[in-house]
Amino acid sequence: MADAIQHDILIIGGGGAGLRAAIAVAENDPDLSVALVSKVYPMRSHTVAAEGGAAGVVKDNDSFAAHCSDTISGADWLADQDAVEVFVAEAPGELTQLEHWGCPWSREPSGHVAVRPFGGMEQERTWFAADKTGFHMLHALYQTSLKYEGRIRFYDEWFATKLLVEDGRCQGVVAIELRTGLMHTLAARAVIMCTGGAGRIFAFTTNGAIKTGDGMALAYRAGVPLKDMEFVQYHPTGLPGTGILITEAARSEGGILVNKHGDRYLKDYDLGSPLDVTDPRHPQKRAMELGPRDRLSQAFVKEHEKGNTIDSPFGDVVHLDIRHLSAKKIRLKLPFVRELAMNYAGIDPIREPIPVRPVVHYMMGGIHTDIHGATPLPGLFAAGECACVSINGANRLGSNSLTELLVFGARAGASAAAFAREHETVHIAALDTQADDERRRIREEFLTKDGGTERLAALRSELFNAMEQGAGIYRTEESLRQTYRTVESLHERYRNLQIDDHSNCYNTELTAALELRNMLDVAEALLHSALERKESRGSHQRTDHPARDDSKYLKHTLAYRRDDGPPRIKYQDVVITKWPPGKRVYGAEASEAATGC
Amino acid sequence: MPDTTITLDVFRFQPDGGGHARRSTDGPTFKAYRVPYHEHWVVLDALNWIKDELDGTLSYRWSCRMGVCGSCGMMVNGVPKLTCAAFLKDYYPGTIRVEPLTYFAVERDLIVDMDGFLGKLKSVKPWLIRENEKPVDEGEYLQSPNELASFKQYSMCINCLLCYAACPVVGAEEDFIGPAALAIAQRYNLDSRDQGAAERADALSADEGAWGCTFVGECSEVCPKNVDPAGAIQRVKVDNVKDWYRKLLMPWGHR
Ligand SMILES: Cc1cc2nc3c(=O)[nH]c(=O)nc-3n(C[C@H](O)[C@H](O)[C@H](O)COP(=O)(O)OP(=O)(O)OC[C@H]3O[C@@H](n4cnc5c(N)ncnc54)[C@H](O)[C@@H]3O)c2cc1C
Ligand code: SF4
Ligand code: FES
Repeated sequence: MADAIQHDILIIGGGGAGLRAAIAVAENDPDLSVALVSKVYPMRSHTVAAEGGAAGVVKDNDSFAAHCSDTISGADWLADQDAVEVFVAEAPGELTQLEHWGCPWSREPSGHVAVRPFGGMEQERTWFAADKTGFHMLHALYQTSLKYEGRIRFYDEWFATKLLVEDGRCQGVVAIELRTGLMHTLAARAVIMCTGGAGRIFAFTTNGAIKTGDGMALAYRAGVPLKDMEFVQYHPTGLPGTGILITEAARSEGGILVNKHGDRYLKDYDLGSPLDVTDPRHPQKRAMELGPRDRLSQAFVKEHEKGNTIDSPFGDVVHLDIRHLSAKKIRLKLPFVRELAMNYAGIDPIREPIPVRPVVHYMMGGIHTDIHGATPLPGLFAAGECACVSINGANRLGSNSLTELLVFGARAGASAAAFAREHETVHIAALDTQADDERRRIREEFLTKDGGTERLAALRSELFNAMEQGAGIYRTEESLRQTYRTVESLHERYRNLQIDDHSNCYNTELTAALELRNMLDVAEALLHSALERKESRGSHQRTDHPARDDSKYLKHTLAYRRDDGPPRIKYQDVVITKWPPGKRVYGAEASEAATGC
Repeated sequence: MPDTTITLDVFRFQPDGGGHARRSTDGPTFKAYRVPYHEHWVVLDALNWIKDELDGTLSYRWSCRMGVCGSCGMMVNGVPKLTCAAFLKDYYPGTIRVEPLTYFAVERDLIVDMDGFLGKLKSVKPWLIRENEKPVDEGEYLQSPNELASFKQYSMCINCLLCYAACPVVGAEEDFIGPAALAIAQRYNLDSRDQGAAERADALSADEGAWGCTFVGECSEVCPKNVDPAGAIQRVKVDNVKDWYRKLLMPWGHR
């Protein structure tokens, strides 16, 4: 076995959060050596797929208080307000920093960065690079990180399988070098998880193949609680069949949603009343098509129940119509939307409406951290979609996530650097012993095993179906229990899994098997958290408990793994600073309600 | 399986033979797989179906399935393609031959060695270079929409390497920096915020830099993102010539 590899700080994940954290450490303390471990080359990370933009206050008519209050009401009051305040205050600086690193933000004629409105936001504050914001942010961060040669060492296509905890501190991971199949011990004084979301536990998702919740599962198995896992964001406009996202920017530029009668049906769901598309006040902020995602996705289900949706070969759809924006504007502001619609839906949105349906998009929950990115396990930090700080609460507002990667990536980097300076010892021998057990486990469970009868793809598709059926936009005790039972049985059957590939070099069947285990663990935490939250809030809608219940559930769920049986659920109070819980109002009512803070 | 099927002839190569030693260790082979034919399927869907249903040992890279992460480039009937954007219907009913990208060393099956490219990318210093950094609290560098437009196209590169697999110079000259890295160098050189062109010039004017290009133009043909690396390379050449003349004619005036 190769010798243990040692660095000061280990970052798992090379998406927006991981790269931002790595640069933060390199800039913060040039003496610290950083390892960036990623199961794909960093520029393949799913941050690349983000389209619409990143929120940060820049306009004179905007304010931090307004961004805070949009985020908090969007979150249905489940966000920690101290975290939101920090986030909002640091957002513009982080976005400007990215500009200084070359991100090609779209511009005003004056040369200043341009901003667009976004769902649930009262003002234009979403910075964008046409409709490929995540792509440009990721490449700017990756290319900038190459500048720190010697300080940041890249372990590209290394797959982390286990956290190593010794002496009460997280001190490293075991990771498979995909090219050789070697399972290395990577030791460090501090570890930052930046492994992204887990949308792949559902069949119909905007998430890429890599979003299997690995980091969440690794932390969960190491005893770290997962927070608010029941909150899963459905994006209202995915292409049927593939789940490819049509960005909210299509609606912020003025696109409208219509049902089979050509009605702008959102008017029937407390989201205000429509203005004609030629009215200069269209699109109205925080109303109709620019309402929050949870409410728009729920409205789709109701329309479906009323028989107002449109049949398509890939399930029911509504139409997202952007034709009135003009070919010129579509080409300029939404070129990627057009490319995706033409390639994957076979229609040109300049001439035809785009068929869309709600699609699993984002995990509000994740590894429990504080506002410094620290988890309850000393030495372990987390940032990005795998983490839950929480600024997103029960429903994330579009364009807050990309900014979150930057703000909390940088914070986690700085916190981990401070921790590493204070904790110099790393117990290599003990870590290697633990790692030996992990190496043996992987060999025995997968590489030398014969005679198992379960196929990977079969288990995975059963998980998909169960999640879709029981843990979708609307849930009940019964549906959740049923799905939980299925997941329990899949866990059982997983022991009897047989993979075909026993080789070392790029054994992608092995990594898919490890990912499936992670998905099952994440699903378990999600379902149990959802079962215990007997109320409806934001994206978590229980038809058997249709009202929000602040007296019992103005709290974060914390799910702790247990070896035998379902996770132990605990609760932690939400931090309220200036915005007492209120009613979420959108549409005309909203402007009247938006008083005070 | 539906009545209609299509056959994929897939390049297989496993350096260590694999635990089951199913395949020879001494060289690549092709293996034919019959998969269901769906009009809306892309080649990547067919590969995923093979891996799920027929043969778990087939290895390849993919993630986004929406043409933006750049992982899934392969040769499809001899042409470099993003397999998540190559529809079966464009090949049906013929057999589809799937191979790893040409001119790259093969690691396994459809996976090629990317390290060479990453070294080339790094050699052009693909980051914003400034003589003086402006403090963040003083706000953004101003840039007009026209200034943005002058480099925007070259910033669209997803590093999919299709252009390398199409470039005969890459085939003949391993050290040629190649289309994408040169386009990215130009992306920074042309950015009004950047002042690093002189620092990048060494990598660009070396033999294996832009001068290696014989202007075949294949790279721009295959690029799925309309980056036009060939155009970028032409501009590098013109700029280099200008620099070279300037140095020759006005040695005192060169920065
Ligand atoms: C289609 C789409 C569009 C979006 N649009 C927007 C938008 O417009 N605005 C917005 O704010 N948000 C948007 N989002 C959300 C946002 O893009 C994501 O939440 C965010 O990019 C996640 O970044 P990340 O750095 O946390 O993770 P990712 O970018 O997903 O990166 C995860 C990293 O972890 C690594 N990793 C994972 N597991 C392992 C392992 N076991 N071992 C080693 N490495 C591992 C991966 O290799 C990868 O490098 C969008 C999301 C999607 C899917
Ligand atoms: S220039 Fe085009 S073909 Fe070449 S790597 Fe970039 S996107 Fe791919
Ligand atoms: S899978 Fe991402 S480009 Fe094809």
